[in-house]
Amino acid sequence: MKLNEVVELLDAKVITGADKLDKEVSFGFASDLLSDVLTIDSEYLLLLTGMANLQAIRTAEMAEVSCVAFVRDKKMTPEMIELASENGLVTIESSFSMFHAIAVLHDGGLKPVY
Amino acid sequence: MLFKYEVEGGNFSKAGFASSEIKKILKQINIDAKIIKRIVVALYEGEVNVVAHATRGTVLADIDDKQIYIRIEDEGPGINDINLAMKEGYSTASEKVREMGFGAGMGLPNIKRNTDWLNLTSNVGEGTVLEMKTFF
Repeated sequence: MKLNEVVELLDAKVITGADKLDKEVSFGFASDLLSDVLTIDSEYLLLLTGMANLQAIRTAEMAEVSCVAFVRDKKMTPEMIELASENGLVTIESSFSMFHAIAVLHDGGLKPVY
Repeated sequence: MLFKYEVEGGNFSKAGFASSEIKKILKQINIDAKIIKRIVVALYEGEVNVVAHATRGTVLADIDDKQIYIRIEDEGPGINDINLAMKEGYSTASEKVREMGFGAGMGLPNIKRNTDWLNLTSNVGEGTVLEMKTFF
């Protein structure tokens, strides 16, 4: 699934990495526990989280996450936006609940990690 | 090549700085992306541990053509029972640390999974030394 399709399905606002929306993601992982994200070794990964802090961006950087979607209407801080931009990370914000976001992405063909 | 970084206890906004710098260096010397990920995930977990538990720490990384050796040394409470600390799910992290998305007792087991050699020593009331090696 291309990231611009993710944006459309989640009715999301693109915050950083707007030039990379033609990239593909194959897997989705949803967690507010960043420790769990660090155990995932899938590539082409979309992370859904409500954990809107700087460490979510750092975690995405280390875990090679392709795109972070902040759900439940969580907003990124200016520091998060700066770090995500520096790392070339695609970040988006959606007002959907975690469950709603997962449901539409799963219906759209995004696969679970396990 | 030797690199050294300071880690500030309690300051989550800076956790991951050393990992980010090491990642850039490893990319520059063309280390395989999967190996880079193992190294930086382990290092980042280690940095988070210092921020979460200690008052201050240092990260020392020594890179040659075959491996990276990382030594994370901190001043802090130390670890009372290392075997217990290595167990998945065991944690002494504060509520504040848990609110940041960590402190689930996953860090040390994940570090072990992502390194080829690991040595953890600690003196209660003084601090902890975590050494790890990953081969290229």
